[in-house]
Amino acid sequence: MDAAVIVFPGSNCDRDIKVALAQSMGKEPHMVWHRDADFPKVDLIVLPGGFSYGDYLRCGAMAAHSPAMREVVARAGKGTRVLAICNGFQIATEAGLLPGALMRNAHLQYVCSDVNLRIETNQTEFMAKYRPGQVVRIPVGHADGNYQADEATLDRLEGEGLVALRYCDPNGTISSAANPNGAARNIAGVYNDERNVLGLMPHPERLSDAALGGTDGRLMIDSLVEALS
Amino acid sequence: MKAKVHVALKSGVLDPQGKAINHALHTLGFPAVRDVRQGKLIELEIDEKDPAKARAAIEEMCRKLLANPVMETYRIELVE
Repeated sequence: MDAAVIVFPGSNCDRDIKVALAQSMGKEPHMVWHRDADFPKVDLIVLPGGFSYGDYLRCGAMAAHSPAMREVVARAGKGTRVLAICNGFQIATEAGLLPGALMRNAHLQYVCSDVNLRIETNQTEFMAKYRPGQVVRIPVGHADGNYQADEATLDRLEGEGLVALRYCDPNGTISSAANPNGAARNIAGVYNDERNVLGLMPHPERLSDAALGGTDGRLMIDSLVEALS
Repeated sequence: MKAKVHVALKSGVLDPQGKAINHALHTLGFPAVRDVRQGKLIELEIDEKDPAKARAAIEEMCRKLLANPVMETYRIELVE
């Protein structure tokens, strides 16, 4: 299996996911500068967290039009798996890879904490190693993670099983108290229709090694590596 | 030609920054303020003399980059 991490000016979680992927894959992913549209054929592309282009205009808006992203959109359309984390999720929505938008947190504060998340389905290559309904604890760190889409889109995402993760309490109950940013229907992550693109606000790479305090995020990376190897 | 693009959140989309400004204005002694919506003003200078062509080009800029049609609307104002 081969993977690539797209590095934008302002990405700051690119090396974290590189380490997590290398541990799981047994080899290093390609690190691809955002201006490079001509990168090797890979099984998985990661759009990492950070503050691409300083969040100018809207989070992810500039990065969505970089040469590497045009190539990512083309390859995603042909089935390449894309894992879009935090700023990567914002970039993916701006690029039209995923529905909806990430808006300013409802309380206007940057939120940096561990959150409980419910795995809505494990019937995808991203989540196969979790149990359906499992509650995991993974950190978030963002000011613009408030997932919004129109009601028809939200209904469709729920109806078609495209909601990947929801913010919940430690028992798995979905409540507004467990929602760190005001996201519609507590949505923390969504798939595209083909389920080869996952965007999520939490950072699995930040909890992918026992030395970091836990491995709840590692299972997501291991799921992908097993499916794509 | 100069143009202004006004970008605003669609009506019905929650605007927490507008709400915070509204609250601050109340605190400052302006109780008559009923609602605040915050948007963006983008000023452009473009090498195009034909207003129709300029407007068409800016429309495309708005759709591609300046606004996110999922949550925002835009209004184009040709200045001169």
